Amino acid sequence: MNWLTTVPLQAYLTLSAALFAIGLLGVLIRRNAIAVLLGIELMLNAANINFAAFWRYGATSSMEGQVFVVIVMTLAAAEAAVALAIILNVFRRFKTVNVDQINLMKG
Amino acid sequence: MPPGSEYFLIPGLPLLAFLLIAAFGLKPESERAAPAAIIPALCGSLWLSLRALSQVSATGPVEVAVPWLYVGAIQLDVGVLLDNLSALMLVVVSLVSLLVQIYSIGYMKGEIGYGRYFAYMSLFSGSMLGLVISDNIVQTYICWELVGICSYLLIGFWYRRPSAAAAAKKAFVVTRFGDLGFLSAVLLLSFFGLGIFGFTDLQHAAETGALSKGLITAVSLLLFCGAVGKSAQFPLHIWLPDAMEGPTPVSALIHAATMVAAGVYLVARTYFLFALAPAALLVVAIIGSLTLFLGATMGVAENDIKRVMAYSTISQLGYMMMALGVGGYTAGVFHLTTHAFFKALLFLTAGSVIHALRTNDMWKMGGLGKRMPITAVTCLVGALALAGIPVFSGFWSKDEILSAAWFSHLPGHQVFFALALMTVFLTAFYMFRLWFLTFTGEPRSDEAQHAHESPWVMAGPLVILAVLAAVAGGLKASVPGAGQGFGELVRFGEAHEAVSYLAMILSIGAALLGIALAWAAYRRNFVSPAAFNASFPQVYRLLKNAWYLNRAWELFATQVVIAGSALFAWFDRTIVNGMVDGVAWLCGAGSRQLRRLQTGQVQLYAFVIVLGIIAGLVAILGGAAHGVTFTAGGR
Repeated sequence: MNWLTTVPLQAYLTLSAALFAIGLLGVLIRRNAIAVLLGIELMLNAANINFAAFWRYGATSSMEGQVFVVIVMTLAAAEAAVALAIILNVFRRFKTVNVDQINLMKG
Repeated sequence: MPPGSEYFLIPGLPLLAFLLIAAFGLKPESERAAPAAIIPALCGSLWLSLRALSQVSATGPVEVAVPWLYVGAIQLDVGVLLDNLSALMLVVVSLVSLLVQIYSIGYMKGEIGYGRYFAYMSLFSGSMLGLVISDNIVQTYICWELVGICSYLLIGFWYRRPSAAAAAKKAFVVTRFGDLGFLSAVLLLSFFGLGIFGFTDLQHAAETGALSKGLITAVSLLLFCGAVGKSAQFPLHIWLPDAMEGPTPVSALIHAATMVAAGVYLVARTYFLFALAPAALLVVAIIGSLTLFLGATMGVAENDIKRVMAYSTISQLGYMMMALGVGGYTAGVFHLTTHAFFKALLFLTAGSVIHALRTNDMWKMGGLGKRMPITAVTCLVGALALAGIPVFSGFWSKDEILSAAWFSHLPGHQVFFALALMTVFLTAFYMFRLWFLTFTGEPRSDEAQHAHESPWVMAGPLVILAVLAAVAGGLKASVPGAGQGFGELVRFGEAHEAVSYLAMILSIGAALLGIALAWAAYRRNFVSPAAFNASFPQVYRLLKNAWYLNRAWELFATQVVIAGSALFAWFDRTIVNGMVDGVAWLCGAGSRQLRRLQTGQVQLYAFVIVLGIIAGLVAILGGAAHGVTFTAGGR
């Protein structure tokens, strides 16, 4: 029993939910594409916290929680690379990274 | 092979000849040989038909059928049914076909399309024999349409002439009205009639009561519709006079002796249905008697030698139909047989005259008796047979029809008898008007002055047909090869030989009166036709214009049909097309609204996705709260 386990699961979940909500808000309302990307990173990490917490408080024999955390990290790294490349190209083309100004697909 | 299979060759041989001519005989260098295919084929058919006649009259009907198609529970056969009626008809058709095609060798000599002509004629002979020999109504219908298309092709043989092309179209379209009835009858039988089409099976079903009375009446009337079109009965007779645009041997074979008799044959073939439907028989008798009278009156005022004969054919077909209608089955078929001989003869003599003079107008003929003696004498034999002068064949058959009308049990049979008797007079009159105008008196044109008798290849068939037309009445006593009288051989139920001597005397008197009037008016000029026409211009105009029936049809077509189609066109353009347009408009308008959702704002899309996730979560959690469990699929 160390201090880590004295923190209840609810605390982890609350933190994760808050982080997820902040990230989502960022994705939905920030104009800057970089900021949107940051929001996405926050949401991914919120999910990671959930994975780790449930792994810690769940059946200890399984490794899925930790494995998923690693997979999500890898995914986040890959996603960041691709997304930054896209944003770079968008900037070259439109001279802006404001997502509300990029609306060529308007019907 | 079952016994009797060789009879498939009766229609088969001419069809084979057709294929041969179509494959090899259409080129200018080879078409001379076309008759060499069809003449032996028809000789073979004739020999087989005679064999069939002697066989079936001795040992009873022969039926051979081969399954052809299965449609659901319905089986369609191709077969031959040889009984006395069909065997006799086969002999008549193949004999007349053979003679006419021999004649055609001379008549069509040097024509463009000589090979094509014989190809069509072979196809016609094969189809007609197939129609006669058919053992089921579907095969009959197929052959029926085949002879129709041959008729179309041959009427329009000189298709470069606009009038011939128009006449071919007219014949095809007008008979289609009738064929629609025939087709409906076949469909009616397949939907409501046990799915059987064989004549033998149908007869059994009708007589045991397996078919309802209403169905029998409906089918009979619809079949009669087909017969009205094909046999040129009032009011669909209008195509036959125009059909004279074709070569004369075609008129002789198709539009006088055989194809137009197919309607009469159809009614005779399915007489077991008509016999159970008194209403249908009455309709047959009424249409027949109207046709015979109207046809004869139209012939009186016609100046084209072939058209006179066309009206005469209409009238004689009316006699046959009326005979069947009033119950004179034997009389109708007998008249069909004798008529085939003497009317083919008359047409061929007309052809001989036209061949020599290159005109159809009787007022440009005259005095041909001295220059074309064989044609004149054979034509006289035909005319006497048609008028119904004793000893000649037409007398015996026409007399039987008059007796049948006289003794009929139908209501109003006196009217039928009176019309038929009046028509005997008219027939003798128009026929001898034709004969006197053509063969006696002085030539009325240069061509008539210098006319010559036709070659023997044409005159030979004339002589043979003239002999047949003269003596065919003897069939009444004994049919060669069968050894029985006609009445014994072809009958429906018991043979009956009721002969009214009064009817016989009246008919001879009427015929002689007609001949005398024609002699007085057109040979001796005791009576002036011109004066008659001047004093009764309305009558003359009415007859000259064939009772304005063409005009009536034209009005019907241009007014009623066009008005009706305008209504349908409106429906099609407004309602049907409107529905299609409406769907397109709805899609367009809907998507114009929906495209506003596509703002191009990626964050709005993300927001909608979030809303969707929330809605999904609410649904899942709400469902869980109400006891719904969600399990992953598969396990």
